[in-house]
Amino acid sequence: MPAPLIEMRGITKSFGAVKASEAVDLSVAPGEILGLLGENGAGKTTLMNVLFGAYAPDAGEILIQGRPARITSSADALAAGIGMVHQHFHLAPRLTVLENLLIGIPGKAGRIDRAGGLVRLAEISSQHGLTLDPNLPVSALSVGEQQRLEIVKALFRGARLLILDEPTAVLAPSEVDGLFSALRSMAAQGLGIIFISHKLNEVRALTHRCTVLRHGRVAGRVDDPANTTSAAMAQLMCGHEIVPPARGPSTPGADVLILDRISTSRHSGTALRDVSLVVRAGEILGIAGVSGNGQRALAEVISGVRAPDNGQMTIAGKQVVHFSPREVQALGLGRIPEDRMTTGLVTNLPLADSMVLPRIGTSAFSARGLLKPDAIRAFAEAQIKAYDIRCPGPMTRAGALSGGNLQKALLARELAFDPKVLIVSQPTRGLDIGAARFIHEKFLDMRAKGCGIIVIGEDLEELMVLCDRIAVMYEGRIAGTLDSADASVARLGLLMTGAEGKA
Amino acid sequence: MFRLEVRTSTPAWFNLALPLLAIAATLVLCSGLIALAGAGVFESYGVMFTASLGDSYAITETLVRAAPMIFTGLAVAVAFRAKFWNIGAEGQLLAGAVASCFVGAIPMPGPLAMLLMTIAGAAAGAAVALVPAALRVKFKVDDVVSSLLLNSVIYYALMALIEGPWKDSFSGYPISPPIEDSANFPVLIEGTRLHLGLIVALVAAPLIWFLIVRTTLGFRIRVTGENPEAARYGGIHVERVLISTALLSGALAGLAGVGEVGGVHFQVMSDISPGYGYSGIVVAMLARLNPLGVVPAAIFLAAVMTGAEAMSRATGVPAFLSDVIQGTALLAMLVALLFTAYRIRRVGVAR
Repeated sequence: MPAPLIEMRGITKSFGAVKASEAVDLSVAPGEILGLLGENGAGKTTLMNVLFGAYAPDAGEILIQGRPARITSSADALAAGIGMVHQHFHLAPRLTVLENLLIGIPGKAGRIDRAGGLVRLAEISSQHGLTLDPNLPVSALSVGEQQRLEIVKALFRGARLLILDEPTAVLAPSEVDGLFSALRSMAAQGLGIIFISHKLNEVRALTHRCTVLRHGRVAGRVDDPANTTSAAMAQLMCGHEIVPPARGPSTPGADVLILDRISTSRHSGTALRDVSLVVRAGEILGIAGVSGNGQRALAEVISGVRAPDNGQMTIAGKQVVHFSPREVQALGLGRIPEDRMTTGLVTNLPLADSMVLPRIGTSAFSARGLLKPDAIRAFAEAQIKAYDIRCPGPMTRAGALSGGNLQKALLARELAFDPKVLIVSQPTRGLDIGAARFIHEKFLDMRAKGCGIIVIGEDLEELMVLCDRIAVMYEGRIAGTLDSADASVARLGLLMTGAEGKA
Repeated sequence: MFRLEVRTSTPAWFNLALPLLAIAATLVLCSGLIALAGAGVFESYGVMFTASLGDSYAITETLVRAAPMIFTGLAVAVAFRAKFWNIGAEGQLLAGAVASCFVGAIPMPGPLAMLLMTIAGAAAGAAVALVPAALRVKFKVDDVVSSLLLNSVIYYALMALIEGPWKDSFSGYPISPPIEDSANFPVLIEGTRLHLGLIVALVAAPLIWFLIVRTTLGFRIRVTGENPEAARYGGIHVERVLISTALLSGALAGLAGVGEVGGVHFQVMSDISPGYGYSGIVVAMLARLNPLGVVPAAIFLAAVMTGAEAMSRATGVPAFLSDVIQGTALLAMLVALLFTAYRIRRVGVAR
């Protein structure tokens, strides 16, 4: 076995009393794809931030090709040949692909070396099948292409070790295949890759070896991921066995949400074109599709944030007139947003404030313009207990909670008022297996109680487990709807790329 | 080597410690200027302290100056809570002064005059603040720029008024006619300039605190300021909240002007405010936008202003030092606020 490209030895990092990382060893050899697994809060991000120079470790050392290295900034990391592709891209949207590549690269005599950049880009592109049009502005690229650009950027800067943080979360199945073949090609040429993901089937398909973290420590290593079951890996991550929830047969009742030929203008993102959907009481309808095919507009219309140009929407038998969040909520709509931090809660205020936000004007939490602080506190405390939200108390800043706990808080806030319809976007994105399992169970509980649920998601496996029916969006239309018994990744994938619709 | 690292939590005692730290840093930094002016640092600060807080008369003079800054501080604190960047408290104060002076010059029973002056001043301040808020809500005009520039518009409009129609035809001075004697605010302590306005200011602070912390409007203001998107999705009419906040903020700043006309100057002149509107920003930041904290912060700045004049007479250090202290205090506080989100760590010693 060749000497490790990079080796982390005994990395320990504490935040106050919390040990985010404790005596973690990790190594990547040239040509190796290492899977880094762990639940949220297990210390993956901390470890990678130490490697990338964002945090100074309390103890431990980093060796690059056998020599101790001091990495105290991302510039050090880049110089040491470490490249990172974050979940949220760091690109300048108005600049072109080539310009983004050349940011921060010293040119010749103060001039930007465009010609040299083009040559390098062409080399990298052809080597790994990462084609990009150098003259397109980043704003015109799809999410998958932006990710490709981030990878090319890292290679452009001479990265020999590439860290990818949940790279497949934003991709369609076909794009995932493209990414994987590119990563395999890079590994074949001697690069090291650290692949962080929650999706165990992907980890098994791609990686050569895995390191599993739990509570900041190495919980175990998997030497042959391809021949290890997902269940075994999940058990390493959680410390106990995980059983997927069983979805019983559905007994759908009346139509609780009806969208009738809804169209929107191309205000921002993809517009909706003649979207008609029905969600019945006691069923879960999934909305699949590559991100950017109108899901956002759909969620905005149903949430009452955007009024459609044409078409009608009915919630629990009543037609929506004004399309305001307050109106749809009064009709019985609950909403779990895709972006917890931006449209869901208020990170800088106490958790209790976020938990009562949509209903602050109701008699439960205020009267004659005055808040009922005791009622607000009691409500928050009750939900924290009922949903096992891990936090010091209702007055904790919401932003201090982990993603899974935030999602539980949002779920608690909506479910406490027995919505007739629940719209959910990406319910388990970024959540670990345990938290995701909890969320799924709650959805199934609500389904059993007769709530109609609409789940917008990109994780097809999740949708097939959870939903009774799955509708696929493509370019603002519903490309087709399948019973989940008839659905497969292949069939959904065809609909998602518009192939079946055209045939 | 040192570096900034993100904090996961902020200790509670920071809220009190940060302003004190900022003030201490300010005094240390400004002592350099005093030394440059050739005066003794401790002597100068000593004179400043005695002249502003050293005896009961000095204290009343400081409180007279504090009253308008409590109002402008509250105005800014309320606005900044909603992230309505009202830099226009100065103009709103002047508008309030002009309106209350106009009303106060009309003969009528004293209490009625005072009431109407208050209403008129608050309304005028609110009307001025409405302009940048409406421009922001309707046309996405940057409220920092529009509210700041509006200060000059109001100031020169006031100048045009007192150089024109209001000019004292007898003396030729650019000052407005005085308000009726019966409209003069009652003096609280005989022989001082301490007037009713201070009481109103001291009552306003806890009222505004109550509004922010305990009312649905306050809740909406806080949520809108911290995350307008979540507020919108949560059914809050963000535009309406911004307009309400602006009206409230402008009215408070207008009240600062009412107090100056009714309780201190009894007329309007060009220098009726030595920048109380801008000082309100410093006050609000030192108070960390807490309406209760506005009172001590305003008294501190008022003490600096009162003390600086005496220090200038006694030691020859220019009274402009007061402005320098204010500006430095704002910068120091902004830097101090950094430590609520970050902490300093030494690196390179871990190995």
